[in-house]
Amino acid sequence: MTTSRYLPLGALAAGLLVLPWLLPNSFYLDLAIRMAINAIIVLGLNLLIGFAGQISLGHAGFLGLGAYASAVLPTHFGWPPLAAMLAGMALTGVLAALVARPIFRLKGHYLAMATLGLGIILNIVVRNEAQWTGGPDGMPVLPFEVAGLTLSRDWHWWWLVSALLLLSVWMAQNLMDSPFGRALRALHGSEVASRGVGVDVAGYKVAIFVLSAMFASLMGSITAHYVGFVTPNVADFFHSIELVTMVVIGGMASVYGSLLGAVLLTALPQLLATFEGWETVVFGAILMLCMIFLPKGLAPTLAARFGKGGQ
Amino acid sequence: MLAQFLQFLFSGVTVGATYALAALGFTLIYNASHVINFAQGEFIMLGGMLAVFFTQAGLPLPVALLLAVLLPALVGVLVEKLAIEPVKGAPTVSLIIITIGASLVIRGLTQVWLGKGTHSLPAFSGDAPLALLGATLLPQSLWVLGVTALVVAALWGFFNHTLLGKAMLATSFNSLAAQLVGVHTGRVLFLSFAMSGALGALGGVLVTPITLTSYDVGIMLGLKGFVAAVVGGLGNGLGAVLGGLLVGVLEALGAGYVSSAYKDAIPFALILLMLFFMPQGLLGARNTERV
Repeated sequence: MTTSRYLPLGALAAGLLVLPWLLPNSFYLDLAIRMAINAIIVLGLNLLIGFAGQISLGHAGFLGLGAYASAVLPTHFGWPPLAAMLAGMALTGVLAALVARPIFRLKGHYLAMATLGLGIILNIVVRNEAQWTGGPDGMPVLPFEVAGLTLSRDWHWWWLVSALLLLSVWMAQNLMDSPFGRALRALHGSEVASRGVGVDVAGYKVAIFVLSAMFASLMGSITAHYVGFVTPNVADFFHSIELVTMVVIGGMASVYGSLLGAVLLTALPQLLATFEGWETVVFGAILMLCMIFLPKGLAPTLAARFGKGGQ
Repeated sequence: MLAQFLQFLFSGVTVGATYALAALGFTLIYNASHVINFAQGEFIMLGGMLAVFFTQAGLPLPVALLLAVLLPALVGVLVEKLAIEPVKGAPTVSLIIITIGASLVIRGLTQVWLGKGTHSLPAFSGDAPLALLGATLLPQSLWVLGVTALVVAALWGFFNHTLLGKAMLATSFNSLAAQLVGVHTGRVLFLSFAMSGALGALGGVLVTPITLTSYDVGIMLGLKGFVAAVVGGLGNGLGAVLGGLLVGVLEALGAGYVSSAYKDAIPFALILLMLFFMPQGLLGARNTERV
């Protein structure tokens, strides 16, 4: 709890507060909301990738699970949106734990393979069960309402997402300085050494993976309610890759790097829209160039250049 | 009953041979560099698309096919030179993202150049199906299986009986030790990407007359090739071939007997089961880690 941590957090809060007044129209507010949503997801994923050193190539599957829980349960079964959101998180948590338990007994990048498989299976299920999910065309999502209050206007969502973002940043920083976070960083450094000093390596990895998956599910629900519509694309392999890319380009194990990565990669498709047909090529080239010339990611590289601690 | 089973088996083995070639490509690159090359599927796509392009441009079939295999090998070399070599020793996740970036560039360029349409290629020796125990077999399936078998045999000979092949094997076991006895490991990496590109493209060329092709078929084919490599035991060549055939056959049987809508989910369910119960794969060695 040092001032150096609260300074950037305060600056972030101030930025989030004034931003809506600086944006010229609702198109930009919509973009800002989607950036903030992605930032929260990426923060959760970065806990797994950056701090525990494990890759998930199926995070969009968890996002999709949350999104479809919030779409299907209220529409077909009359569940209140909040209950559907929590049910999605619980389901995601159970599924993530079931997959992670056997995987984390192994050393190596088996989680990447397992999450890749799981993510693709979830996407195929959503595409095929058309009577519940609308199939490839997707389905509308009922508005989010709690205790008679309905979130409908863009700026309602902006305040909600901003508050969640601040909370996530604060939580991520605290988590990393807690005994739990220190154990995670230790096992990233050397698993054998951390096991030697009594860290339950597999247990901690499962815990951070489940936490990160539930984070994704929550944000999937929020995205679904915000957009008002959900399609299987939310859960596809390419989206998983986009999320991992945001983590790596922003900077692994860097909280503010996650925000930077999310902001840049959410904006990128908008900027590339002018390239007409060449979007995929340019996007791929940017990914490669970033990894070749900025292997540590943007935030740590910038921090090193300006000699400041970019935690 | 038997006829139906045979029919599923034939189509499974045919597609499985393509997965096997892709899985061999994964294995080659993984052994040389420990990179999991997510651009592998794009080599398959390139093989099919280039074969279509060159035959439509009026080249005779053998020339078109040869070019369609050689050009992707060149692309493989370019990927290695431009994107993998400069970042030697980077963490796995960075390498994964680089190969994914490469796959996007290849796919995007193909889409810009050859469009979004679906294309077919004429079968190499006619479409008249052969009858076998009540089931039918396309002549093209025989091409796929025959050429794959030849390639596997040639690779086996290459790795066991030539100096270069043995040098590549030595590099995969211990790169530093191989370097110390005079193996040029940089050239091994280069060759692995070239061979991997050619193998993937060959699979694409062979199977396109049966399955059709378009600029975006590479993702799924590549991922299934990856599953095959893991199922066989990542890093094991024979395992990759077995894994490819197994994935192809299970997929065809699943599509025939269970549900064709969930056909694509079968390889990925298989990889989860393998990781839970047999993480070293069918033929993979158990790894012990030294501290």
